[in-house]
This record gives sequence, C-alpha cells and structure tokens, in this order.
Amino acid sequence: MAQIVIKNLKKQFGDFTAVRESSFTIEDGEFFMLLGPSGCGKTTTLRMIAGLELPTSGEIYLDGEEIAQRAPSQRDIAFVFQMFALYPHMNVYNNLAYPLKSQGMPRAQIRAKIDEVAGILGITDILKKPVGGLSGGDRQRVALGRAIVREPKAFMMDEPLGALDAEFREHMAEELRALHDRMGATTVYVTHDQLEAMQMGDKIVVMNNAVVEQFGTPQEIYDKPATMFVADFIGSPSMNFLKFHGKVSPGESEIAMHANSFAVPQSREPFEGDMAFGVRPEHIQLRDEAPFRAEVLASEYLGTSQIVTLNTAAGEVKARIGAQQVAKTGETVGLAFNPGTVTLFDRQSGRALKSELNEGVLHG
Amino acid sequence: MAEVSLKNVSKAFGKTQAVSDISMTIEDGAFVVLLGPTGVGKTTTLRLISGLEKLDAGSIHIGGRDVGIETPAQRDVAMVFQQYSLYPHMSVRDNLAFPLRSPILKTPEDVIAQKVQKIAEVLQIPHKLDNKATELSGGEMQRVSIGRALVRDPAIYLMDEPLSSLDAKLRADLRVELKRIHADLGSTLLYVTHDQIEAMTMATHIGVLEEGRLVQYGTPKDIYENPSSIYVASRLGLPRINILPSTLFPGSHKGPSIGLRPENIRQGDGIAATVLRSEHLGDQTRLHLEVEGHAITTLTDPHQDYAAHETIKISPQNPLYFDASGARVV
Repeated sequence: MAQIVIKNLKKQFGDFTAVRESSFTIEDGEFFMLLGPSGCGKTTTLRMIAGLELPTSGEIYLDGEEIAQRAPSQRDIAFVFQMFALYPHMNVYNNLAYPLKSQGMPRAQIRAKIDEVAGILGITDILKKPVGGLSGGDRQRVALGRAIVREPKAFMMDEPLGALDAEFREHMAEELRALHDRMGATTVYVTHDQLEAMQMGDKIVVMNNAVVEQFGTPQEIYDKPATMFVADFIGSPSMNFLKFHGKVSPGESEIAMHANSFAVPQSREPFEGDMAFGVRPEHIQLRDEAPFRAEVLASEYLGTSQIVTLNTAAGEVKARIGAQQVAKTGETVGLAFNPGTVTLFDRQSGRALKSELNEGVLHG
Repeated sequence: MAEVSLKNVSKAFGKTQAVSDISMTIEDGAFVVLLGPTGVGKTTTLRLISGLEKLDAGSIHIGGRDVGIETPAQRDVAMVFQQYSLYPHMSVRDNLAFPLRSPILKTPEDVIAQKVQKIAEVLQIPHKLDNKATELSGGEMQRVSIGRALVRDPAIYLMDEPLSSLDAKLRADLRVELKRIHADLGSTLLYVTHDQIEAMTMATHIGVLEEGRLVQYGTPKDIYENPSSIYVASRLGLPRINILPSTLFPGSHKGPSIGLRPENIRQGDGIAATVLRSEHLGDQTRLHLEVEGHAITTLTDPHQDYAAHETIKISPQNPLYFDASGARVV
C-alpha cells in the first residue's frame, strides 16, 4: 500500500521532450488513470514510476521515500504489461510461483500464497492447466495473479485491455475494478480510451504533448474541463465549441454571441477576443421558440437517447436528446443551453476562462 | 438501385452451418445492417449475395432477377471490405476511377472525372486526389476504398465492417457521413457489423443473426423496444439489459425471466439493493447493484452520489418477460 508523489518530473530523449515538468499525487489505494492520445508522455511517466526509465530531472516519492533514480527491483512496484505475457511452457501454478521462487520463498509459503491469490482471482480450478489452452480472460487473470503474489506496494498497468474486443473489454474492465476494490492496492493505469478512464478511475490525469492538462476526479474533469483539449478528449460525442468573437467581465453572467444573449456561470476573469462557448451535447435542448436557430443535419438513434447534428451560425453542434423527441433532417429549430454547465474558452490558448463553475478546480 | 431478396438461403463449410435458412427482403433504398458477434454468419451472407460464395440451398433475387448462376461482376454489386485493398502504385484519383474504367462499364473519361471529384468531396479527400495510395493515413485509405465502391451506381452496396479498423473519432464522423451519403444517393445498402452503435445509428432496418439464423428483422427502435428473445435484447443497449429471475420482484409475472434495461429501473421504492460501485461517465452515472447475489446495472443522475454498501430501493418499469428457453413472452 502506498502513496506516490510526482514532483516536477521531466524526461528528455535527446532533443525530444517526452514529459515536461509534471506534478501530481496518487493517494494510497487509488485507481489512478494516466489518459491521453498516443505520444503524449503517459507511458513514459508510468515507466519512470516503475523505474524502467530514469527521469532527466524531478522526484518520485513512494511512501515518502525518494526513489526516482533507483533500480526497478528496489522499488517494490509490479508492472503488468500487455497481460498475455506468460511463460508458455509452464502451467498456471508455476507461472504464479515463478516470482516467489526467484525471491527465495519457502515452498510451503508459496503454496499458501498462490492458493490465496487464486481464490481472489477465481482461478483455483485451472492451476494445473498449461497456459497455452486457456481462454483470453483466464490468461489475463493469471498474468494479473503473477503481479499480485508479490504483494507489491503498487501496480503499474500499461493499456492491459487494449487488444481486446469491445464486449470482452467491458467485462474485464469491470472485473479489474472489482478486484481493485477488494484488494485496495494503489494502481496506476495507462490508457488512451477516455471511456475506460472514466469508468474505472478514481482520479484521472489528462496528458497532451508531454504536459499534464488536468488532474481530478472523472466527473470534475467532465464537468469542468481546464482546456479545450480536455473538453474535446473526454466525452462522446465530445463537448461542442461554438466559435465567436466576444467580451466578458468579472461578475457578469450573460454573454453576447452571434446576435443573441446567453446565460452562463458568473465570470471570474476579464477577457476579450476569439472565444469558444463550450457546452456538452446533453445540455442542449431543441426548442421551437428559442431565438438561436439551427438546421438539423442528421440524427442517430441510440435506444434511450439520440444524437442530433445541427448547423448553426457558430458551427456544427451535436445535441443528445430523448429518443422520443422528433428531429427531422432539414428542419430548422431553436437551441437552448443549460446555463449552469457552460464553459467559456480563450480560443487562442485553449484555456478555460474562470467562472463560478470551475474556479475551485482550475489552478494558476 | 434495386430490391434484393433472399429466400431460404443456406451455406455450410464442411460440418459448420454458416448460414441456415435465411429469408429477408432488403427494400430498394434501405440501409440494412446485419448484426451479430464474430462467426455468426454475417460475412458469409454478404459473400453469398455478392457471388463470392455459392449457395447450398435457396435463392437470391436482385431487382427481381434470380442471380444464382451469375458471376460477381454480372450481379452489379459493389463491395467494401474490412481491410482496405487499394492499388499502392496508383494515385487516389486512379484508384477511385478504376472501377469505372472496367470493360463492362466503359464510362467516358469526362464522366469519370466528374464522379471522382464528387465522391472525393463527399469523403473529404479532394486535396489528396493526386497522392499515391501509400501516402495516406489509415483513415484516408479506408475512405478511398469506400469511395471506390461509391463511384459506381450498383444495384446494392455491400459493406463488411468498413469502419472497424478506424479510431473512435473518425468512426463517429464516418457513421454520420455514410448515413448522409445513403440519404443523398438513395442507394440500397447492406452493412455487416458486430458494433451495436453502428447498427442503431445508421440502419433503417437491422437483421439480428444468431448461429447462422436470422432471429429478428426490424427498425432499430423496434428491436430495442421489442426484442424477440434474451439473445436479441442483449445485442442492443449499453450498459446491457439486466436479465434476472422474475421472483426477485414481488407480484405476478408473465415468465420466469425478467429483462430490465438499465434506464427502466426506478429508484425510491421496491426491493432492497446494495450499491457496489458507481461509475461516473460524465453524461451519465452507472450504478452497479446487487440483489440476492444478482448483479444489476442501472443509470442514475450524473451528480447523484451513493456510497458503496449503501442500500437503496428499486422497482422495475416496463419489464420484458422471457420463458425458460429465452423467448419473449408478450
């Protein structure tokens, strides 16, 4: 069990900066997600925590102890690679026993440990089977078991579900999370899949271009994005950005956009220039009488809801509305926005402007 | 464009019955999606229509004509495969023009140029027309291979998971795009996928396959709201429908199993359920519950927070009933 503190962590490969001065804290027992597109630096960050890469500068504290320059074997962290990395010539029991044997653990103790872990993972029945004949799910459980038997302080996982098809992935994600709830071990998990991050994580760090864009709970990041990148990366469909040139002053809770006026969370900083009016699809309503007009381009049925694509003076917009509501292609409708949920952005820098909605979350 | 109908179509490979006794009519101008997991017979059905596989039994009519003995070329179908297959040494323009230059079609060059330009615009790749096929990203290559089918004006377009190799964002864009193209061209389209979102969002009609058989055919709404079996009910909807013993809930029941979509569970009164965990997905929050050892998933307000092990009361709304074999009881 461990708390992990990352302070000004930086990694350079020659001229290329993979991770730029990142700082965040992973609390004891948290399921912590490093999320971002490929090449954003999330895997490098994970590898630095595990000791597979040495940082160029910065510190990593594991339970208060600075470990940034230590060898992986001296860190007491288990790394779960793509989960299928098993010894093919050994049976399940021997795959699980291997890390313990190499630690020099007595045989009886190994047996007891494996029985316990096999019980947790529900693989007691297959201990004697060769790993070659196992189903995908069982292979993953065994790979996980091999990390668990060591009782490390923390687990590092690098896209362990990446290679699976959608249905099975969903199932394993639930199982992994349930397992974490039972064991309570600090886990750092890398993924590029925003849904996976939202679904499994207690906290999420969103990275882009070697920089931490935001750090918080899933709901916080979803409701109060710090940047346009985060707003766009999280959520499906992602947040809408209505583009306009405008002005806002502290204390105001209304904004003029394309000849209409809209209620927004009370502003906490002055701004004038190219802005984006950020609103999530489920916070848009179609109303006949609303003055902000839009043409329905398409609708996609999703069972309980539907996604309607609309063309407005401020660009294309997607709304999520009830499946029973009628939205005919070609029709012109009015749009209303849920005022308390709107985030305004500086379009140049992509930064969210401070308001009563997000002031507690944004730093700097 | 034409109506395509299948009558009692069957196909076996050795001992494996890939397609068994499928009958259905794809109406002129329809966008039909065949949905089912891997190995269920979707692709084989598509290949039987295109003529790439031979029928064991049954008949296929395209535009009223029995195509049983015709070659793929004679059937006038355009196929898009899962893996893009472009000519690497040709430009995007020549790849798109290639089907029109076939000796059967003999299209004049000025018509070809016009069609290629139009399709390139629809697929948002006009600036790539003079690139070599190998200089494109994966998403662009797949758009070109879809485009190569779209330049033609066949009786039917047959598409085999054309979006499965693309990333999530591009897939979402192309879903809307394909639907728009279908509406613009008024074409008949048969599309095969295991992705329920693609099926729900694009199809005018969905055909659900189970072990080579067509088990239900209808509009997405129809299939979502009125599934004929547990199998069909489980194909559409995320999170998946909860299938539970009816006896979990008080009152009289029409069948031994009850099917409850996550959105059809009311909180506040009813039976006691233990909260295992909530998942905040942003626009919705999934609540994982347990009742007498049965896992139940429901949806709740995004900002509603329940602690683990808390007990809440739930009751079913608009339940679906199923008999012991999994068939729907109405």
